[in-house]
Amino acid sequence: MQLFPCPFCGPREESEFHYGGEAGNLRPDGGDVTAERWAGYLHMRDNPKGPGREIWVHLTCGEFFAMSRDSVNHKVSGSSTLGKSEHGA
Amino acid sequence: MTRHYSALSLFKEGVAGQTGWEKAWRSPDPKPRYDAIIIGGGGHGLATAYYLAKNHGVTNVALLEKGWIGGGNTGRNTTVVRSNYFYPESAAIYGLAHSLYKTLSKDLNYNVMFSARGILTLAHSEAGMETAAGNVNAIQVNGIDCEIFSIEDVRRVVPIYNFSPHARYPVYGGTWQPSGGTARHDAVAWGYARAASRLGVDIIQNCEITDFIIENGRCRGVVTSRGEIRAERTGMAVAGHSSVLAAKAGFRLPVNSYALQACVSEPVKPILDTVVISPDTGVYVSQSDKGELVIGGALDRIPSYGQRGNLPVLEAVIAGMLNMFPIFGQLKMMRQWAGIVDVVPDSSPIIGESPLPGLFLNCGWGTGGFKAIPAGGTLLAHLLATGSHHDISRPFDLDRFARGRLIDEAAGSGIAH
Repeated sequence: MQLFPCPFCGPREESEFHYGGEAGNLRPDGGDVTAERWAGYLHMRDNPKGPGREIWVHLTCGEFFAMSRDSVNHKVSGSSTLGKSEHGA
Repeated sequence: MTRHYSALSLFKEGVAGQTGWEKAWRSPDPKPRYDAIIIGGGGHGLATAYYLAKNHGVTNVALLEKGWIGGGNTGRNTTVVRSNYFYPESAAIYGLAHSLYKTLSKDLNYNVMFSARGILTLAHSEAGMETAAGNVNAIQVNGIDCEIFSIEDVRRVVPIYNFSPHARYPVYGGTWQPSGGTARHDAVAWGYARAASRLGVDIIQNCEITDFIIENGRCRGVVTSRGEIRAERTGMAVAGHSSVLAAKAGFRLPVNSYALQACVSEPVKPILDTVVISPDTGVYVSQSDKGELVIGGALDRIPSYGQRGNLPVLEAVIAGMLNMFPIFGQLKMMRQWAGIVDVVPDSSPIIGESPLPGLFLNCGWGTGGFKAIPAGGTLLAHLLATGSHHDISRPFDLDRFARGRLIDEAAGSGIAH
């Protein structure tokens, strides 16, 4: 069992967490967004092999946060609370 | 040299001391130019090479594999072949694959050990039976053989199931596809490789793609660890690594890569002669010809390119399997592994030209790629030979995500994707 660091609760078992998507995938704003841009936001992903920054939710405390993790060796290099500028409000 | 596999050639080689067998496929050095390039030496890539040569007469083809053929998901799946899908588009594509599997050993002159042993998808509640009846109706309307099973039918087919009234997952019945079954996955890769090589395809292993050659906005070939190779049309069938190649080509895909685990027990005498799927435990079990119980489950819900898998899912799979079959409680498990699968939001494949003209996609099969190998090969070969869609592949084009015409099999198929 791998331990993930919740910024609010500390290290907890991986089964307490749920993956929420890639960090920085911001919702398009305004009225003139093309279908391609919406499809990009909804569906298209970088899906990086190696280091990446991800949004996770700790199901037991209900908080969303950002975690830096390597998708090949699964090493976690850190986690942080979400800033307003980083992922919407 | 002995080329054709038959009982007679086996006998002749036995008499001659097994000295006349030729290698199953050639390993030539890459040429600088081909009519078509296929990236990925798994089942889908190898089948594409074979059908390009066989169906379209395009034999000046290079198949490039970064490791060894059949070493990725083709050699890591649980070998199940079925076509009991909910939507007509899916039934067409998986039905094509299934019908080609039935005659594949003869077509390839290579025994892929396709065994139509039937597939049972269990229902564990009254609500589950309602859903099962709806699914069976849809599948039958699609022209696929499928029937509803009562608990007595289940008892007849899988007498070793846990029918105890105190079972955590009691059986109410299920659905049955009699023509579903299993095939030997390595043989599918090797059979396609041998047949394609004999038709003139160059199978080049240990050849990794480092970049695409892009001129005037078109893909004109690839840069590899063994030099530049050019072709006017390139196809890629690389499953969990599709996003990595797409990034090199300058576009993104609606793909998340996850690990899908499986494991096998020690070999035991024949005890389970069908494939059993339980959506509620998330487990499927069959017995291989060698006698091993082959056990698979749900995805690790952690994005991953590490071909290992994590322990919580493995624990849930083994626990679910023991709830279904307490008789297996003393079995020793021999091996556990994972493959990296390319999961798409609607759990349906992506087949078609990529945003980079001249580069064609076959990906997004997620957890169900093995059963689709003959269809994936047929359809990508059609695209590479003609430049346009086969009727069966058109609904699976990448443009469905911008148009909103998703083929959402996540809820309709028999097992969670």
